[in-house]
Amino acid sequence: MTTAKILQARDMTKCIGCYSCMLACARTVRKSLSPAKAAVRIRTAGGLQGKFTAEICRGCIDPPCAASCRLEALVPRKGGGVRFIKDKCLGCGDCVEACSIGALKFDDETNQPLVCIQCGTCARFCPHQVLTMEERPV
Amino acid sequence: MNERTIKVLEINLSEEKIKIHNRKDLGQWLGGIGIASRLFAEMADPSLDPLAPEQPVVLANGPLSTIFPVVTKVAAVFRSPLTGEWGESYAGMRLALAMRLAGYQAIVIHGKAKHPTYLSISSRGVKFKNASALWGLKVGEIGSILRRLEPNSGFRSTLRIGPAGEKAVRFANVNVDTYRHFGRLGLGAVFGAKNLKAVIIHGDKNEAVPNSKIFNKVYMDIYQRVVNTDIMEKYHGVGTAININALNNLGGLPTRNLKSGHFEKAENISGEAFAEQRLIRKMACSGCPVGCIHIALHRREFGPGYEYESKALSYDHELIFALGSFLGMSSQEKVLDLIDMVEELGMDAITAGVALGWVIEAYHSGIIDKAVLGTGVDFDDSQGCLEVLKNIVYPPNSFYATLARGAAAAAEKYGGKDYALTLGKTEMAGYHTGHANVLGLAVGARHSHLDNAGYSVDQKNREQNNLEKMVDSLIEEEKWRNVLNCLCTCLFARGIYDQDTVVSALNAVGINASAGELNALGDKIFKLKHEMRTKLGYSLDHLTFPKRFFETPSLTGPLNENTLQKMLDIYKSRI
Repeated sequence: MTTAKILQARDMTKCIGCYSCMLACARTVRKSLSPAKAAVRIRTAGGLQGKFTAEICRGCIDPPCAASCRLEALVPRKGGGVRFIKDKCLGCGDCVEACSIGALKFDDETNQPLVCIQCGTCARFCPHQVLTMEERPV
Repeated sequence: MNERTIKVLEINLSEEKIKIHNRKDLGQWLGGIGIASRLFAEMADPSLDPLAPEQPVVLANGPLSTIFPVVTKVAAVFRSPLTGEWGESYAGMRLALAMRLAGYQAIVIHGKAKHPTYLSISSRGVKFKNASALWGLKVGEIGSILRRLEPNSGFRSTLRIGPAGEKAVRFANVNVDTYRHFGRLGLGAVFGAKNLKAVIIHGDKNEAVPNSKIFNKVYMDIYQRVVNTDIMEKYHGVGTAININALNNLGGLPTRNLKSGHFEKAENISGEAFAEQRLIRKMACSGCPVGCIHIALHRREFGPGYEYESKALSYDHELIFALGSFLGMSSQEKVLDLIDMVEELGMDAITAGVALGWVIEAYHSGIIDKAVLGTGVDFDDSQGCLEVLKNIVYPPNSFYATLARGAAAAAEKYGGKDYALTLGKTEMAGYHTGHANVLGLAVGARHSHLDNAGYSVDQKNREQNNLEKMVDSLIEEEKWRNVLNCLCTCLFARGIYDQDTVVSALNAVGINASAGELNALGDKIFKLKHEMRTKLGYSLDHLTFPKRFFETPSLTGPLNENTLQKMLDIYKSRI
């Protein structure tokens, strides 16, 4: 049986808000030093005294972002999530609006969405294993 | 070191104008404390009061800020309203991230706003916003309002002052993102004197990774050592408060205004006890996988009929010392009540606690009476201490107006200098370890245990007999820390950022600097600071040591005034 690895954030109450995940995603995938360029986003609900939440691609089996793309720049990936074909994207932003949980972010600078490629780099840099890659049958 | 252009944002509050300076000449100062010291030296006027509108506040980050693990601090340099001399402080949380990605290596603020103002700083400039509605608010409430008013949640940093800063309490702090502070030496009062209630910095700019292959390799090496070795473990585990039991067991925990180095109730307020009974979570500054910020739940009954409120407060060794053992506080509730009060008013916890220690003893000795104080006060009496803290900010009489200038100023006027535990007009930190600690606090640029780690020098020289070696260790440490403070690493990671690591991390961002060049820079900054603080009125010849230091045995045994004087003479001969 083949499997796909999908990012999960099951224990956000253990998160310390260090941003190592965002910095790693931006640094590795986007070659950027700005955590705002990451496809994962750690946020606080109600300031620093509130809880941390993770806005991550949940690896939908039938992803609405891909369904919304008229150019087929986003295509469903086996096992969940999407593949992004950069050259096809014109930057309409329909995918960002379509994401049902608001996890997909748009990068105004490149005029393209910040698509999670489910590579697991963020999870590798999580010091508390809050972010993990879990296997899912294809 | 290469020629680099340092981008300085200059903000003139009086005229509501800003300027950008692209300074090639500042590259040699590397970043952080180097650049901040240099800019402060250019702009400060020693003939003017620390709270004069013209005096600058300089903030500076470093070339590795946020993009390497545990490089999380920003340096602030100003003229201290507490000492009148050199003001230097560091804060973390999201400030280094936001400032880096706003695109400024340094921010200089001078002048005085015509009305209460807050600044919203981004890569696109500065907005001067009316803060009249925020004036008078405590630290917690203003944070909630600013979070709603400003965008970029998660990539911004909020600096704010409480009533203590507005009312020129000389040890008012600047709160940074709720759980960190520019704590010591009164930066909050400088903000207040400028009518500056808050500064929000937006990290809204992109910056490319310089050389991916080398960069990722060096990053990974450092990250692995931070996460997978035990170098940083004590900071994440029990946290800095692990020192309470450790120092107490060795007789080095300042207790009841340093009447003792041992607190019989230390077990109640130790780091272990806090962790087991109150700790609800740990947090980290942006870019630090350690997470040393320990948050306690403080549940408090505020009225009959089961009326409860709760707050999540951060605690550390220094707070538990200053507002705990130093005041003889026997329970976590009492310590947390005091922490909550200094946080909301916006004052430095160490200074507040040590000043309170003097108040309690002065009250016992009859120097000040109940009528003046407006309350009785005693060790282990949190209610009395809370009253005194409030009165410092909202002074009902001239005694409190003097106390708002710190324990040294109060003792100068009212007496009790022998037990006002200040060195260089700055309230002592939470260690009574030996001669090197006392000398280190007295001669350090900012009179902080973090200047030169005297507490550590003492523990490596238990016999306290090689005075030259001890003094040289202090000087050497202070110089190297100048280098780390150019980078603005968290000093907890000083074991990670050794010379080789610093050289290779700098190299990974295209800065070629040898260990020799770095040491020379540390020396140069040491000299610049000494020159500046001398201009501001500091003199090694005017240092005095309160008698209490010699009456209460330390971790390494009783201290001797002659020994300390000898060490001071050695120090003078080295400068």
